[in-house]
Amino acid sequence: MSTTNTRDLARPAPAKASPAKPRRGLRGSPTFNFWLFTGPFLIGLAIFVYAPILWSLWLSFFEARFTVTPDKFVGFENYTYMLTNDDFVGSLGTFTAFAAFIVPTTWALSLGLALLVNRLRFMRAFFRSVFFLPTACSYVAASMIWKMSIFSGVRFGLMNTVLGWFGIENIAWLADPNPPWYWVVIVSARLWLQAGFYMILFIAALQNIPGELYEAAAIDGAKPGWQTFRYITLPQLRATSTAVVLLLLVAAYQAFDEFYNLLSKTTWGRPPLLELYYKALGESQDYGAGSAGALILTVLICAVTLLQGKLMGFGRGEESK
Amino acid sequence: MSAMSSNWDRRSILRAAAGLSAAGALTACGGNNGRSGGGSSGTNLTQYFHAYGEAGTEQAIKKYAKAYDKANVTTQWITSADFESKLFATLLTKSAPDLFEFHPQIQMIKSGQVADLTDIIEPVKSDFNPADIKSHTVDGKIYGVRMIDDPQFFFYRKSMLEAAKVEVPTTLDELMEAAAKLTTNKVKGLYIGNDLHNVINPMIWSAGADTLNEKNEIAYHTDGVVEGIKKMRKLFTSGDLLLGAPTESWDPSSLNQGLCAIQFCGMWAMPGIQAALGDDWGVFPFPKTVDSGKQSVYNGGWSMFVNAKSENVEAAKEYVKWLWIDQKQYQEEWATNFGFHIPPRASLAQSATKLKSGNAAEGVKLFNEFGHFDNIGWTQAMITALEDVFANSVRKDMDPEAALDKADAAVNRELKKLFG
Repeated sequence: MSTTNTRDLARPAPAKASPAKPRRGLRGSPTFNFWLFTGPFLIGLAIFVYAPILWSLWLSFFEARFTVTPDKFVGFENYTYMLTNDDFVGSLGTFTAFAAFIVPTTWALSLGLALLVNRLRFMRAFFRSVFFLPTACSYVAASMIWKMSIFSGVRFGLMNTVLGWFGIENIAWLADPNPPWYWVVIVSARLWLQAGFYMILFIAALQNIPGELYEAAAIDGAKPGWQTFRYITLPQLRATSTAVVLLLLVAAYQAFDEFYNLLSKTTWGRPPLLELYYKALGESQDYGAGSAGALILTVLICAVTLLQGKLMGFGRGEESK
Repeated sequence: MSAMSSNWDRRSILRAAAGLSAAGALTACGGNNGRSGGGSSGTNLTQYFHAYGEAGTEQAIKKYAKAYDKANVTTQWITSADFESKLFATLLTKSAPDLFEFHPQIQMIKSGQVADLTDIIEPVKSDFNPADIKSHTVDGKIYGVRMIDDPQFFFYRKSMLEAAKVEVPTTLDELMEAAAKLTTNKVKGLYIGNDLHNVINPMIWSAGADTLNEKNEIAYHTDGVVEGIKKMRKLFTSGDLLLGAPTESWDPSSLNQGLCAIQFCGMWAMPGIQAALGDDWGVFPFPKTVDSGKQSVYNGGWSMFVNAKSENVEAAKEYVKWLWIDQKQYQEEWATNFGFHIPPRASLAQSATKLKSGNAAEGVKLFNEFGHFDNIGWTQAMITALEDVFANSVRKDMDPEAALDKADAAVNRELKKLFG
């Protein structure tokens, strides 16, 4: 079978063979290059990730109050304390509620934005930038703007001003948990901050879908719009969707900044990291209990991530379909 | 060997050296540990302060440090909300400050984090407020030098109370009625902070209870406190309380800007309120929670501690003695030139002219008559336990008894660890 084509004919001539040079010692060694490029990262990983995890594991079996070099071994006492602590267990419920809402909402919003921006003929780069820019904003800065300007509980807060036009009383968005308006503040802040980032991932995935697929579908009678989206676009985005959901879930587990800054020292709306911070690591300085809680959380995140990957087929590429 | 020499020639070595120098310079830029340069004696000291809200305070603290010639003292001025967590975390590291301001807490002594300052305070002990000395003493040793006393009470707009025909409240019920009468579509009757934390202890004291008793046992779980929590819940849901204010209650902006008629705040705010409202304001203590209770005032404040694990404990103690015991003119300036505070030294408190008239004098009177001081055995974990009671019962409608039972478990766990 011939594989010759016109492009083969145009192939550039091979470069002129250079005169033989002696190999330049370690620079020519793949092993050296491997360690040169990966070494710093491996060292960083060992120092800043694995060492703290191991130290945390060690601390979790000690009474480590106001010290990270304890000497009183307490066995599984810290684990028992954290697992029987209503607030810590409750924080897992808070996370579940938060993740159950924020993951699908962000997925849908970022996909929607990607579809809209991708269809634009004019100013596509502008809108892509506009939606992506909030990603560069810090969670702390955004939280402060949301708390003090948009969702301030007084009459000159932006939302209360708007509500006032319709004769609606001021709402204490963050101070009063009944009804739980604080979720509106937290979820809207996070959506604004992260939807643009996932939109970029979806745009990249959309641009990778071959146009021939849509042409073939059109020839087969598929109507543009929902039908094409349902049977062509969405299945083609499966790998990206799985990755996005996974990233969103991990980000939801790691939620801290906006909860910490928007809900100062409440007993509600505390995701696990915030609960650990308040109960063990922050002002109470109970590093033993904190480490136990952190390890419980780590195991839980690993289990959920593996399960989610299994259910959604993470890692099964196009070739496995 | 030859391969190595061909790879690491002189040019490479020079490049590497230049890179290391640059990295070193960058590291020095990023690693601000507050120890810049050396003092005349070669001793460097670092001190941590939480960011005071009053203008000029940071400059004043740095001025005092600069005036000290036996060591080079640098100051880290840390945002209020982050101060405690940053201080506690840093105290576990080599970058810990040599001295820092905080409140007396026994866990810091038990953990060996603060140095014994008895020898520098003992000669002037009789000149200090005895309650301040008591609140810093464990087993006969004194662990901190009080810098300022900060009584906290209610500030009110006289004109607003007169217009609504409201008398200054002396009971919690009267306060709730006053808040209702003072509330209009533009102004809320009362502001006690977004999280209500600052009124927890005053409410307990005004119910005739206390946080811990003399034997370091729970003293807050009483019928009066339960009744008080129920009243606070009623107040919280009344619609007469300012909620979601942009600034916390330690900042008098809500009162100054007319968002509320009565605000809980501290004596430090008096100059700011005077500047904003002229003479249209007064102060009153936290009212009686129940009939059998008594009005109360929380005498907060800040104290200077020396890090016991510092490499310069003696030098730090010398500086503390120089500034907070010997330099009376600085102490008076610190207490009265920015916000108003009461100097813990009796001789200074008596001579501070700015505290002798008007509302400042009234604040001093309330401090002396109704004041309660920090209990060194009441730790951060216990404080958090009662904050949770208020969050759960007052703001979230949990049964007060159940919330207090939950706090009891947390406080008893802490007491057991501290006192066995």
